Amino acid sequence: MADLTSNFIGISSPNPFWLASAPPTDKEYNVRRAFEAGWGGVVWKTLGEDGPPVVNVNGPRYGAIWGADRRLLGLNNIELITDRPLQVNLDEMTRVKKDYPDRAIIASLMVPVDEDSWKAILERVAETGCDGVELNFGCPHGMSERGMGSAVGQVPEYVGQVAEWCKKHTDLPVIVKLTPNITDIRKPAQAAKDGGADAVSLINTINSITGVNLDNFAPEPTIDGKGAHGGYCGPAVKPIALNMVAEIARTPGLGGIPISGIGGVTTWRDAAEFMALGAGNVQVCTAAMTYGFKIVEEMISGLSEYMDEKGFTSVDQLVGRAVPNLSDWQHLNLNYVTKARIDQDLCIKCGRCYAACEDTSHQAISMSEDRVFDVIDGECVACNLCVNVCPVENCITMEELAPGTVDERTGKVVEDEYANWTTHPNNPGNCAAE
Amino acid sequence: MSETALTPGVTSGRLSAEQYADNFSDLHPRLDDHEALVAADRCYFCHDAPCITACPTDIDIPLFIRQIATGTPDAAAKTILTQNIMGGMCARVCPTETLCEEACVRELAEGKPVLIGQLQRYATDTLMDKGVHPFERAKATGKRVAVVGAGPAGLSCAHRLAMHGHDVVIYDARSKPGGLNEFGIAAYKTVGGFAEREVDWLLQIGGITVETGKRLGTDLSLADLKAQFGAVFLGIGLGGVNALDLDGEDQDGVSDAVDFIEALRQARDLSSLPVGRDVVVIGGGMTAVDAAVQAKLLGALNVSLVYRRGRDRMNASTFEQDLAASKGVQIITNATPKAIHGNGSVREIEFEYTDDDLTPTGQTVRLAADQVFKAIGQTLEGNNLPALDGRKIAVTGTGRTSLEGVWAGGDCAAGGDDLTVTAVAEGRDAAEDIHTSLIGVAG
Repeated sequence: MADLTSNFIGISSPNPFWLASAPPTDKEYNVRRAFEAGWGGVVWKTLGEDGPPVVNVNGPRYGAIWGADRRLLGLNNIELITDRPLQVNLDEMTRVKKDYPDRAIIASLMVPVDEDSWKAILERVAETGCDGVELNFGCPHGMSERGMGSAVGQVPEYVGQVAEWCKKHTDLPVIVKLTPNITDIRKPAQAAKDGGADAVSLINTINSITGVNLDNFAPEPTIDGKGAHGGYCGPAVKPIALNMVAEIARTPGLGGIPISGIGGVTTWRDAAEFMALGAGNVQVCTAAMTYGFKIVEEMISGLSEYMDEKGFTSVDQLVGRAVPNLSDWQHLNLNYVTKARIDQDLCIKCGRCYAACEDTSHQAISMSEDRVFDVIDGECVACNLCVNVCPVENCITMEELAPGTVDERTGKVVEDEYANWTTHPNNPGNCAAE
Repeated sequence: MSETALTPGVTSGRLSAEQYADNFSDLHPRLDDHEALVAADRCYFCHDAPCITACPTDIDIPLFIRQIATGTPDAAAKTILTQNIMGGMCARVCPTETLCEEACVRELAEGKPVLIGQLQRYATDTLMDKGVHPFERAKATGKRVAVVGAGPAGLSCAHRLAMHGHDVVIYDARSKPGGLNEFGIAAYKTVGGFAEREVDWLLQIGGITVETGKRLGTDLSLADLKAQFGAVFLGIGLGGVNALDLDGEDQDGVSDAVDFIEALRQARDLSSLPVGRDVVVIGGGMTAVDAAVQAKLLGALNVSLVYRRGRDRMNASTFEQDLAASKGVQIITNATPKAIHGNGSVREIEFEYTDDDLTPTGQTVRLAADQVFKAIGQTLEGNNLPALDGRKIAVTGTGRTSLEGVWAGGDCAAGGDDLTVTAVAEGRDAAEDIHTSLIGVAG
């Protein structure tokens, strides 16, 4: 079994699977259960400033999107930061850290944007013995209306300012948690880095409404006939999160700032993908909220099997491995030509490839009277839609045309050398080398 | 309960009340909402779906399943019923494993088709339980059509004609409408008086009068009907039964399977129905299976279904054969009945082993039998009928017979399988053709 020990910005944990700051980490009872189950670390549910705690709604906090058999695909929440007194949380964190010294405990923080507030809470938090702090600049509901959460995260100057204050007033590692509800994720990441943050974590939840009740016309989740947007998370947001993580990881100016990857991590494979795209570790919430803490066993065994198979002896060998392969569209090789190929032995003759191609794409699949489906190479642009809609895995695949062969669609010989849009004759901005 | 399965002879009350209720409960209880959603989600929404092609009534199956999946079972029911007004009964009795579900691409892919029949039942039951009849009559045309036979073909034809605004009189020889749906299908396939409820529901379209106790040939003549109505549709089924032509066939305990099934369907109290201890059913079709299984469910100790050829030649589907076997019916093949032994009442029946071409082997076997049901096929009855094709009424694709103004469909007409769903399709298509001819559309 591979060694999954993780060292993220100096914080060590027996594996790279942390629970994200969220309901599963709201109190001692849950966190003890999480550690017993095997989680490497937790980011404690966000603490606010001392004084009367926030209050939550007393109706539904969550809404959901389901797939087949009611499999939960996306979860939306309108819960706020911890609604328990600060000192209660701090005492619990202290006790738990003492009992689980090998696990990571990170304090998630959210206080008003003034230096004194941050200084005050950082001093209190440091006494717990926790391993670091995460600045919650992400929550898109409730707290943002009070000038915190994503209201900070959406203004890079604030992000940088607060990061700077925090670095000034604590020796603990500082992680800045970013909101995805922004046009360019690199801007707040840059601000965090410039402010001295040790790492960023992302994504926080995405502004969302999960549905509308078509009888009373109330957005869901519904509180007394009304709904407010919440934050979306779960498997549905993973592609968005992966992209944002990768954008940060591949931007040279960000200097390889460490990333804690968050957003729909449900299985070991999701975690490995985040790490391959640059995340040093991952944080999980919705999967645990859906299935309980036990899922970490699968994550540990799955990542371990994978690392053994690949010969990786440390999780760091996986981190960032896919980043060099992330490119801009304009640099993709236009001389890479593929055609769809249908394996007639695997084909179950549902005709979905035909309907998709005939109705919505390039009329590149033929259908015989006895339901044999074939690719018409002269029409196939290799869009991959047939592969994506085919219910049988590997029944339709994309086959690369060898250089020297003729692409029947264009009539041109497939060239061996790499060529992209920047040098293409149709590109009005083409400034080919002399 | 004084009698048991071991009591010799033909007797009633072999089981407890609970056993009767349990044995004759719904074969496939209706899917609940969640089961329906899960089952519906398995449908791939195939292009030009093979299941539609395989359905004799061409129901748009992917569409109705998608309508279920999206929470609109009533819309799904309308999709079904537009093509097949007896979609509720067909969902219960169709041999889906040889029709839509055999064609399902998931059958090819995994050997587990989408549960099309059960989803159809979910949709149609949902709508029918609300008492909703989703069709409206067109403006009355003043044209009158006689439908002879209130079985699936006749009812389907009548409903479609009524929808088009024609006035329809359905005549049926029996005491109530429904045909084989009411009298000829195993009880566990259509529990709760469904056949009767479906007819009542169907008649809500209006414009249809049902006259029972009117038999063609005795109470009605085709010539009179032709004179009185603008068109006549014959859906008279197969009223006769084939005989074994064996010595001893008239002994007590020997009867037609269709009569047994009918008595069972119409019985108010199953414990009053006598059944033998050792029952032998002769035949290899659905009727034979229905009789054999129900004899077993009524408490017979031993039930044998004996067919003269090999198992793969049986008309009963594999599903039906497996059902029979699972209920404890012994299936004996390649045995042709030779003699019925007994002394006034049947005691044994003797068979000779035969190959699939019925070549005699000279080897015989005797089975103990205190009750024998004959299920070796039904025949068309009646005189002065339109021209025949073999033993059934000759028809064109839309049911036209050799007589001007007379159409036919269902089991009495040549061509097509003797299935409820086929009868419904033929009745519907004949109705469309009758409609066209009545309103004089060119073409």
